[in-house]
Amino acid sequence: MGKYAFFLGCIMPLRYPGIESATREVFKSLGIDLVDMQGASCCPAPGVMRSFDQTYWMAIAARNLAIAEKMGVDGVLTICNGCFDTLFEVAHKLNHDPELRKKINKILKDASGMEYNGTVQVRHFVELLYREVGVEAIKAKVKGGKNLRAAVHYGCHFLKPSNIKKIDDSERPHIFDDLVEASGMTSVPYKDKGMCCGAGGGVRARTPDVALKMTEENLKNMTDAGVDVIVDCCPFCHLQYDAGQAQLKNYKIPVLHLSQLMVLAFGLDKDKTGFESHQVKVNL
Amino acid sequence: MAEAKEPNPEFTRKVVEGGGKTVNLCFQCGTCTGSCPSGRQTAFRVRKVVRRAQLGFEEDVLPSEDLWLCTTCYTCYERCPRGVEIVDIIMALRNMAVRKGYMAEPHRKVAELISKTGHLVTLREEDKALRTKLGLQGTPPTVFSDPKAQEEVKKIAALCGFDKLVASGGKA
Repeated sequence: MGKYAFFLGCIMPLRYPGIESATREVFKSLGIDLVDMQGASCCPAPGVMRSFDQTYWMAIAARNLAIAEKMGVDGVLTICNGCFDTLFEVAHKLNHDPELRKKINKILKDASGMEYNGTVQVRHFVELLYREVGVEAIKAKVKGGKNLRAAVHYGCHFLKPSNIKKIDDSERPHIFDDLVEASGMTSVPYKDKGMCCGAGGGVRARTPDVALKMTEENLKNMTDAGVDVIVDCCPFCHLQYDAGQAQLKNYKIPVLHLSQLMVLAFGLDKDKTGFESHQVKVNL
Repeated sequence: MAEAKEPNPEFTRKVVEGGGKTVNLCFQCGTCTGSCPSGRQTAFRVRKVVRRAQLGFEEDVLPSEDLWLCTTCYTCYERCPRGVEIVDIIMALRNMAVRKGYMAEPHRKVAELISKTGHLVTLREEDKALRTKLGLQGTPPTVFSDPKAQEEVKKIAALCGFDKLVASGGKA
């Protein structure tokens, strides 16, 4: 079923390592090889780091892409909307602008001896599971799990900007909902589904109170729809909902990354979910 | 009587060169502001930021706190009837603002962390312990466990002048 360079990023391996072990378990059970990218770094984050210096943002991203290119894999796999956006967008820019590629490659070569050649495909795990594995094959894997009411949170940088990503309708997407439903849960409609969690663009770091207000609006809309869990596909949204609820105190909706949900649904080793690092308790 | 400000096309040209190439397509309909999740919570109005960029009102836009209230969610970008790539305009403006020294301390700290270590987040003992318990490599197989990779990442920061930019809180 293919072999992919597994891009870890920062928040998953360092704050929610359960998402990493869960992803490894799920992909192993699907017969997809994930290979570590030795020496990879932060993507770097598309909101906050791109805001400071776009040349640096592209050069670091190009280094990560170059590492994946040397591995002879079918693509680089991301489980985070931020990592996906940076690697996808920078690859897109460098593939379509030869002058820019030359400029970035000069920096990259001087620093590491590597160059980005434009040969690696950047994949988001939700899109890869939907397109390469398929909803029916996921359904066939489901052995356990619970039919809970799920608030599916797509986040922003998985589908958008849609003019270059071309994955699903950015206003009314369905592929992530389909995977959550295939895993045995019910995806519940809620007001302003698709709204940002509040964390991106450096807002969480600079004005956390503003970020939290956006999070709270989402949580209120989810609560009004009577959801049992939040399912995300991005460790940064995951962090914002999990830590945000701990700060707000009056919400206690468990937050699951799709990989963690799939470990439960496929009847894999529950200990690999790493729920103990979550601030909102997950008893599933 | 209030005096009208003179537009500054030179600044607008810099926004275009910085990636905001669609800035002049905006006809100020306000779909962006109406779609903005941050603007629901604050007085941030995306339309105004774009207008100021169009007119070249550098002194109104670069020091503005509003510039940093965008979460880059792309909702405005997706809905814009004129195809204005609003997030790209905001990025061009933010890059210029940082060069003018408008870099908030929490942002400077985050930037310093990646510039020096290659990651935005630190590796604590408790992270190593949980990783090990989950059957993962205690230190992830990233720059954190590869001194040569660490050097490469630092060298990129130096070649881009990013290390100096961060050390001085912009302006470098």
